[in-house]
Amino acid sequence: MMAKLITASQFSDPDAAYVALVEARRHLSEAEAAALDTRLALILANHIGDIEVLKEAIALAKTK
Amino acid sequence: MNAPTDRKIVHRYAYRRSPDQDARGVVRRPVVVVGAGPVGLAASIDLALRGVAVVLIDDADRIGEGSRGICWSKRTLEICDRLGVGEKLVAQGVTWKLGKVFHGDDLVFAFDLLPEDGHKMPAFINLQQYVVEKALVDRADELDLVDLRWKNRLIAVEPHNAHVLLTIDTPDGPYKLEADWLIAADGARSSTRDLLGLEFSGVTFEDKFLIADIRMAADLPTERRFWFDPPFHAGQSALMHRQPDNIWRIDLQLGPDADAMEEQKPERVSARLRRMLGERPFELEWISVYRFNCRRLDRFLHGRVVFVGDAAHQVSPFGARGANSGIQDAENLAWKLAAVLKGEAGESLIGTYDTERIQAADENIAHSTRSTDFIAPHSAAERALRNAVLGLAPTADFARRMINSGRLSIATVYESPLSTPDESPFGGSARLGAPLPDCRIRNGDGSETYVLENIGDGFTLLTFKNGAPPQAAPEGVCRLRIGDDLIDPDGLLARRLDATPGAAYLLRPDLHLCARWRSFDRGKIAAARDRAKGRALGKI
Repeated sequence: MMAKLITASQFSDPDAAYVALVEARRHLSEAEAAALDTRLALILANHIGDIEVLKEAIALAKTK
Repeated sequence: MNAPTDRKIVHRYAYRRSPDQDARGVVRRPVVVVGAGPVGLAASIDLALRGVAVVLIDDADRIGEGSRGICWSKRTLEICDRLGVGEKLVAQGVTWKLGKVFHGDDLVFAFDLLPEDGHKMPAFINLQQYVVEKALVDRADELDLVDLRWKNRLIAVEPHNAHVLLTIDTPDGPYKLEADWLIAADGARSSTRDLLGLEFSGVTFEDKFLIADIRMAADLPTERRFWFDPPFHAGQSALMHRQPDNIWRIDLQLGPDADAMEEQKPERVSARLRRMLGERPFELEWISVYRFNCRRLDRFLHGRVVFVGDAAHQVSPFGARGANSGIQDAENLAWKLAAVLKGEAGESLIGTYDTERIQAADENIAHSTRSTDFIAPHSAAERALRNAVLGLAPTADFARRMINSGRLSIATVYESPLSTPDESPFGGSARLGAPLPDCRIRNGDGSETYVLENIGDGFTLLTFKNGAPPQAAPEGVCRLRIGDDLIDPDGLLARRLDATPGAAYLLRPDLHLCARWRSFDRGKIAAARDRAKGRALGKI
């Protein structure tokens, strides 16, 4: 099966994307940040709307 | 940096009584520069080369050890080359372009800073700040127009409409001096700033860092190495960088709760370094524990007092944006101040120093803040995100691109009222508002040279041959014809500038590109020259 997940950088300014993510969790506890991440995962998964991509992303996130 | 430093003396200079101290009245000088660090020296030399007499005062009588700034960027070296010390610095420094980032024991990211081939100056050199200062002092001593006064300490500043009245203390007691313009290059703890009651706005970061310069004969590659959470310094970051003469810069994050006095004890530093370096023998050269700030003055121009370098703005050291941006401040100011003092431009031109260099300072502060957020997360939740990026980096390109161990200093592309907007699109690596990219090129006789070496002190028009009879450039603009005066045999310069036959490029005296056209139009060139001298600003 062809990989559909894009792992090449897509942001023209990757630092700005990191800043957006880090500022979203500034002053949050670890539990609050985890809850935020979970909601983010659901929102972005739906935006992608492709079960194959979602499964590939889960597999990548699980590799250690 | 707010740590006590026990600095050895590298060079000592004698205090000399100036005739100004014995004058009947108060002597008026066109420019007084406070602070003979790299920025004050660069400003003084640049002004002198432009025909302006400068009094440069410093409260010390020495250049001290303690490497402090060690990374000098290509743009800084190009400026130093114009000032007459660039080749000397490159010869003394360690040229590098490779960086490696580790997470734990694993290499997660490597970068090559070399932007383009065929530049005279390398992407970066590492060289102790005191060596740079020595080269600049030697250069200043060659220039009759630089009057360098050691052991002259500014103790009072009184701004007036058309001048600044200074009181300067010396071993012979205080004297007064008037300056048409005062340049404050007196560093992070600027006394000029304090005397005028000006304050910084910005943030101070809580994390403390240890800098140790060590002497060690190690056969390690010449590259910047950065570790997140290394086995030898768990939970923190570490940086290792080569300097000349077997000196290495080690920078270790200590966290917010570290005891600065305790951490500077040599036995404690040595123990930390042994965990990093193993059995390799080393000697400690210099130790400093610091916290850093990302902040600036609201304005750099206060009447006839102009702030440059750390006196105007401060950043974290990650990215080498401190001294490099300061030297670029100096160069931005020097040609403008010289033009105003010679009556070639109105005073509003100095106002564009403020806008252009505040743009640069804000870029530097933003980059530096982002790097700091990545290197020293504020909380467990932020650390989890940072570590997730590092964990994904070996397998995912997007994560590698987010790793931030310092984004290294490059020149600012000015969004400036001095630039004439492009009439037609241009590609290539040149940018309107940025310094002209350098390029290896040939003299008319076929010998090799670089384009930046051929550009004079004033405005320069670079034109590309198109077979039409040559037209004279407007007054005050030096014309350099590619195809006649200089040869671009492989078309490399043409590609960098996206030049078509007949194209014309106007450079400011600081080599920033301020206008370009597909064809030669004398009227438009004259208008762009006037605009770059601030002629259009009077209406603001």
